[in-house]
Amino acid sequence: MSTRLPGSERTPMTRFLDTRLGTWTGFAAAALVLFGLAPLVLSGFRLGLLAQFLCYAIVAVGIGLAWGRGGMLTLGQGVFFGMGAYLMAMHLKMADARFEGGPGAVPDFMELAGIRELPAYWAPFASPVFTVAAILVLPTAFAVLLGLAVFKRRVKGAYFAILSQALAGAFAILLIGQQSLGGFNGLSRFRYFFGFTLADPANQRMLYFIAAAVLLAVVAVSLQLRRSRYGELLVAVRDAEERVRFLGYDAANVKVVAYAAAALFAAVAGAVFVPIVGIISPASIGIVPSIMFLLGVAIGGRASLVGPVVGALVVAWAQTALSEQFPSAWTYAQGLLFILVIALLPGGLASAAALTKRFRTKPTPVEAAA
Amino acid sequence: MSAVLTCKNIEVSFDGFKAVDGVDLELARGEVHFLIGPNGAGKTTLVDAVTGLAPYAGSVVKDGEELRGKKVHHIARKGIGRTFQTAAVFEHLTVAQNLDIAAGAGRSALSLLRRRRRLPAVVVDTMDRIGLRDAADTPAGTLAHGQKQWLEIGMLLVGDADVLLLDEPIAGMGHDERDTTGRLLHDIAADRAVAVVEHDMDFMRAFADRVTVLHAGAVLASGSVDEVAADPRVQEVYLGTAKEAADAARA
Amino acid sequence: MDLLVGQLFTGLSTGSILLLAALGLSLTFGQMGVVNMAHGEFIMAGCYTAYVVQQVVGDAGASLLIALPAGFLVGGAMGLVLEALLIRRLYHRPLDTLLVTFGVGLILQQAARDVFGAPAVNVSVPEALRGGVDLLGVTVPRTRLFIMALAVLSVAAVALVLRFTPAGRRIRAVVGNRDLAETAGISSRAVDAGTFFIGSGLAGVAGVALTLIGSTSPTTGQSYLVDAFLVVVAGGLGRIKGAVVAAVALGALQAVFETYSTASLAKVGVFVVIVVFLQLRPQGLFTLRTRSLA
Repeated sequence: MSTRLPGSERTPMTRFLDTRLGTWTGFAAAALVLFGLAPLVLSGFRLGLLAQFLCYAIVAVGIGLAWGRGGMLTLGQGVFFGMGAYLMAMHLKMADARFEGGPGAVPDFMELAGIRELPAYWAPFASPVFTVAAILVLPTAFAVLLGLAVFKRRVKGAYFAILSQALAGAFAILLIGQQSLGGFNGLSRFRYFFGFTLADPANQRMLYFIAAAVLLAVVAVSLQLRRSRYGELLVAVRDAEERVRFLGYDAANVKVVAYAAAALFAAVAGAVFVPIVGIISPASIGIVPSIMFLLGVAIGGRASLVGPVVGALVVAWAQTALSEQFPSAWTYAQGLLFILVIALLPGGLASAAALTKRFRTKPTPVEAAA
Repeated sequence: MSAVLTCKNIEVSFDGFKAVDGVDLELARGEVHFLIGPNGAGKTTLVDAVTGLAPYAGSVVKDGEELRGKKVHHIARKGIGRTFQTAAVFEHLTVAQNLDIAAGAGRSALSLLRRRRRLPAVVVDTMDRIGLRDAADTPAGTLAHGQKQWLEIGMLLVGDADVLLLDEPIAGMGHDERDTTGRLLHDIAADRAVAVVEHDMDFMRAFADRVTVLHAGAVLASGSVDEVAADPRVQEVYLGTAKEAADAARA
Repeated sequence: MDLLVGQLFTGLSTGSILLLAALGLSLTFGQMGVVNMAHGEFIMAGCYTAYVVQQVVGDAGASLLIALPAGFLVGGAMGLVLEALLIRRLYHRPLDTLLVTFGVGLILQQAARDVFGAPAVNVSVPEALRGGVDLLGVTVPRTRLFIMALAVLSVAAVALVLRFTPAGRRIRAVVGNRDLAETAGISSRAVDAGTFFIGSGLAGVAGVALTLIGSTSPTTGQSYLVDAFLVVVAGGLGRIKGAVVAAVALGALQAVFETYSTASLAKVGVFVVIVVFLQLRPQGLFTLRTRSLA
């Protein structure tokens, strides 16, 4: 283990945020920026970009939980992101087709591909309730099953990382092969979002607010998990999994919870991402995009709460600003960032802020009688 | 004197090599029971078997229940706790957090998902007992070597283990720390069975209620310190090893 | 019968390609525990070595003969540099090594793109390896036979080096017990570098061989990497034998899945089989219990 204690560095700032007042202050400040300041100063186009970045940040919060706190290097978050995105996209395509072609119409891309009959598995996605339920349940359930299969057999460390990466690869290839899901091109050109036309700037703004609200909610859930006894247990499992077993815990269950939460966050992010960006394709959820989700988390600080959010936003912004103008230089920069941050600053920016401060925790009051 | 834990005819083999070969062992409440023997005698492997880490033939019964084939965490929940040769504490968590986790294996999912507002009384009492009350909010990783060992013992106490298997608990400790540890072992053995795997003969003589000598995977002798020390086979094994060690050192 | 032979052959062929790509990994990941995500880019470097050598030499046969050792040296040299600059500093952080070497892979890919261009390039196949041979009623491309032979040769060479040379004995000693080997006067640092050189060199050789059956682009290596890692995971750490069996088994599995379903389902099928397999044997096919190799 590294001598630094990632995520446990404490500054006066983090100590303040750890109090009840501090927590509310932090959330209020974040809400003020996201709901008040950003829509005021940013143009519609830029607000749309920020909405897209917020989706990446939601994924990053989950990775911070699973990887930073739980030690599970998940290189396959694209799978869950993609599940959420495709489930939402299926509903949007169905709704568009029903809205414009009447009942029985198939989505436009199917007509182009020569698919005249709606595949049976598409039918339920006409229902918005079913779709939302599916987004919340299916990816999470899949993560639980996979997590149980893997963690119960004590597959961990690099083995787990490689398996999760293989899953991302297999999932992307599977989607490319499915003409009824748009194949290589994926699903795109959505017109309506639960009855609202996506062309209307007011509705685009609403999507931004949804993304911002989801991000705050996900951060709140993650915060509660981290501060709870479960959060301490998760760190214990990360640092000495066997020891936890010898204390009578099933360490696999502890890991599954964090892994499933990360999957749920990614799925919701994918579902919000689709109406904002207007396209989801296998290219944005395969092996490389999945591992790219980790770059922002590493830069911001994998074990910290806010670090992954900030890191993901910064990386996404840099990507947008630089990748088109300097594609080659941007790729070198990404590679270098991976090398430099992970090798030299494994705690990310969050640890840089605290490097000079002494490690301290506030004492816990004693319970009178158990 | 009733046995809390009864091991019968334990056999552990790796690739045909029998590391433990037909060991019987009874641990009784109120006793500090030392397991001694030369390197490779199978002491730690025996502990591994009992705690579910190494598959074995034979039977381990605690409170009338057979433990063979149960998973590590199930065995731990039956009240069997162990420590490791190199102290295994959660270095990034504080002493209080370490103990709180150890005390909580039976907690409901709901209480796990809540924040800990106060330390349970058992955690506080145990910190007093192992002399780490002042270090409650110190990260375990920064404790002194001996303190980590005490913390590890404390983690078994809060977890309500009534059979404690301690693997070299005084390794690397100074003289005063050894005495403190020895007294602590007797203190906690009042209502528990404590087994100690140890190489240090002085420590054994000072604090053992009962001694079992293992050699080449089998029990060579068992009894009080005096009985075992008087056993000619034990003398032979220890003198023999001493001679070999001396030979090796000369070579 | 023909179908069966055909499938068997496809399986062996896919397996031998996997094996070539995975053999180096089974040294660096299997023996040293280092997850080198840039291994794919070392394969890619082998491909471009073959391409460059052919540009210089011209004759396809001669260039292949030169490219094989040259690919080994190029891959090996890159491995040495990577080991000395980064991996050596991160031996105690295997998961971080994974991400760091991914960054290295990104840079190498982009460098290839800047030097050779994004479009794929082709290396022409020597006259002697063109066409096919009739074997048990199926026509087998000669290039595939060559790759199988090369895979067998590489495995044999690695096994012999590990077993019979002083360097190989040192590698086995360090893998078996690093501290004990150090006290016996073996410099584990030199051994790590050596192991990494050989493992990365094998990636280069694999790259040269792959130019015989496909075109080369900056992302060529990446496409083989995940499968190669799965081979090592399924085969069990530290066992060359495991890698061989796992490569052939996964190759055959992939071939069968592709025959009876689609290529896109085949990957999912292989993944499911591996997860199920790990339920039965979480440590892979062969576990390193006796600390012996090969």
